[in-house]
Amino acid sequence: MADPLSTGVGGAGERRAKRFSVQTMPGFTIMAALCFIALYAPLFPMVFYSFNAGESIAVWQGFSWRWYESAWGNELVKDVTIRSLVVACFASAIATTLATLAALGTTRTEAFKGQTFIYVIINQPLMVPEIVTGVALLVFFAMIKVATGYTGLAYLIAAHTAFCIPFAYLPIRARLEGMDKTLEAAAADLYATPFQAFRRITLPLMAPGIVAGAMLAFVISLDDVVITELVKAAGQDTLPTYMLGQLRRAITPEINAISTALLAITVVLLTAIFFLTRKKE
Amino acid sequence: MTDSADNAVDVVGVSKIFGSGDQEVRALDDVSVSIRQNEFFTLLGPSGCGKTTLLRLLAGFEHPTRGQIFLNGKDIAGLPPNRRPVNTVFQSYALFPHLTVGQNIGFGLEMLGKPKDEVEDTVDRMLKLVRMEALKKRRTSQISGGQQQRVALARALAPHPEVLLLDEPLSALDFKLRKEMQLELKRLQNETGITFIFVTHDQEEALTMSDRVAVMRDGNILQVGSPRDIYDRPAERFVADFIGDSNFLRAVIKDVSGGRARLALDAGMETEAELPDGMAESGAVTVVVRPEQARFLDGEPGARETVLEGRVETVVYFGTDTHYHMTLSSGERFIARIQNDDRGERAPEQGSAVRVAIPTRAVQVLKD
Ligand SMILES: Nc1ncnc2c1ncn2[C@@H]1O[C@H](COP(=O)(O)OP(=O)(O)OP(=O)(O)O)[C@@H](O)[C@H]1O
Ligand SMILES: [Mg+2]
Repeated sequence: MADPLSTGVGGAGERRAKRFSVQTMPGFTIMAALCFIALYAPLFPMVFYSFNAGESIAVWQGFSWRWYESAWGNELVKDVTIRSLVVACFASAIATTLATLAALGTTRTEAFKGQTFIYVIINQPLMVPEIVTGVALLVFFAMIKVATGYTGLAYLIAAHTAFCIPFAYLPIRARLEGMDKTLEAAAADLYATPFQAFRRITLPLMAPGIVAGAMLAFVISLDDVVITELVKAAGQDTLPTYMLGQLRRAITPEINAISTALLAITVVLLTAIFFLTRKKE
Repeated sequence: MTDSADNAVDVVGVSKIFGSGDQEVRALDDVSVSIRQNEFFTLLGPSGCGKTTLLRLLAGFEHPTRGQIFLNGKDIAGLPPNRRPVNTVFQSYALFPHLTVGQNIGFGLEMLGKPKDEVEDTVDRMLKLVRMEALKKRRTSQISGGQQQRVALARALAPHPEVLLLDEPLSALDFKLRKEMQLELKRLQNETGITFIFVTHDQEEALTMSDRVAVMRDGNILQVGSPRDIYDRPAERFVADFIGDSNFLRAVIKDVSGGRARLALDAGMETEAELPDGMAESGAVTVVVRPEQARFLDGEPGARETVLEGRVETVVYFGTDTHYHMTLSSGERFIARIQNDDRGERAPEQGSAVRVAIPTRAVQVLKD
């Protein structure tokens, strides 16, 4: 239906042009470009010098894979990498399971009293400074350690699970909110029990959100320094805390090589998440 | 209920209240209606009158605040949606996007635990019924709106429900497709013999497709009847106004005998009309006259006709007929719709004084 007020020549167009839009502000493109440069420029020298043949992270002495080989052959690096992966796998798996249940509970039930409170609890790790959470966990786990005598990896996994939950929760919830609830009603209407409706309709449709949430949780766990540093027992270094330790000594491009590898994994996972959560046309 | 087994659905004194306190919404207010076996029954009413709510109560997605619902004589209060032999065609179709057309149609049968080859057979039969054989393997996102509509229909029909609920299934389609699907739905209802409960706010759709129509407003059912009944004998002003075009005229009851009243029309002669049950037998009333019932009068009126006098204000030509907008001697507005045939009658011109004859039986007294 034509809007009778805008049928004059160019009427609609003129009105649209007047609407405020950040993209039409002078200098928008330049500002955006500057922000991207500030964010990503430091990565380039790091990646570049990981291929340095010399011992310096600032003086270029030719191309080589030397530092990648050195990192690969380093038993310590292997140890901490495996530990990082174990923690990330367990933490992201547990966090994703809990986040899935939480997302179902907050989107697939009637609005209930205290729902806002639940959101706050779930997203708490995003709001409380990491160092505070870390110290709190340190104290809390110390008590348990004294009481039980157990000093294994479970503390680290529990801590990582806690701060991974909101990262897993958000994409899953976004996916569920974008999903028409009529579909579940239709399944029930077509004789599916609540479990069958979940299994055959809800779960397959929310799967991309779950995978994206798991990957995000995995990346977050893999990258964590602050909480890990506070919670880990002696000899429980993860890759990031190991790297931090190395930086205090003589720095070689080996650190660059490890960082670059970590960066590559992160980029691959984030790209996958982007494609999984992208809205289909 | 004594005769309830004869009906497909009995809704008895059902109210549905959403929310509470000052946010309370009375979506249905003490509604009672019976729907017969194999009937094409339509719920017609403006937006927000409670049509969808009634369907959702039948499907089991909501529960009545008060009242009872019987399906083939059995109270279904305790049954969840998946245990009711009732299927729904949703307004948004709600096709499962990760399944193919064939899988969508087979879903209900599969959930009922039917053997694989029976599911396959029924799916093929349904695809044929809605003329979609070629698209069995397609994703539902890869077919047009009209085709999605057919898949939704086939999916709901496949388990052969006792009652099929259709919530404005045609409103998303363009005009031509809608006309086509109206015929298609009638055909499907005839071929399957399933009771259809169809929701629409399109009065023409309701009149052309239904065996019976219930007109709703504000959570109430105002009138139930065949399309003819509803159109020719509207009980209330709202019904007359909502369905078709109407002329409303003031009149005064002179006297009543045997349920028939002698009326004096403000705009003309006396006439006679049936008085609806439970109406006061004196005082002022409103009557309705359909525009196509009027004819221009040259000589004397017939024995069973009454006459109005007025002046033609506007003449609007519509191809098959012409609409004459008039002001009557009482000051009331009146529209006469006259067929454009070649009887060669002299058509009144704008501004001319005219006399209009209306058959007595076309005068209908309204309750309010
Ligand atoms: N879940 C709900 N909570 C609160 N109010 C509701 C709910 N569902 C429906 N209503 C209200 O009940 C009334 C009837 O709604 P319903 O959806 O049955 O109308 P409808 O006749 O189907 O209208 P439409 O033609 O627009 O679909 C409306 O006033 C609506 O706002
Ligand atoms: Mg509705």
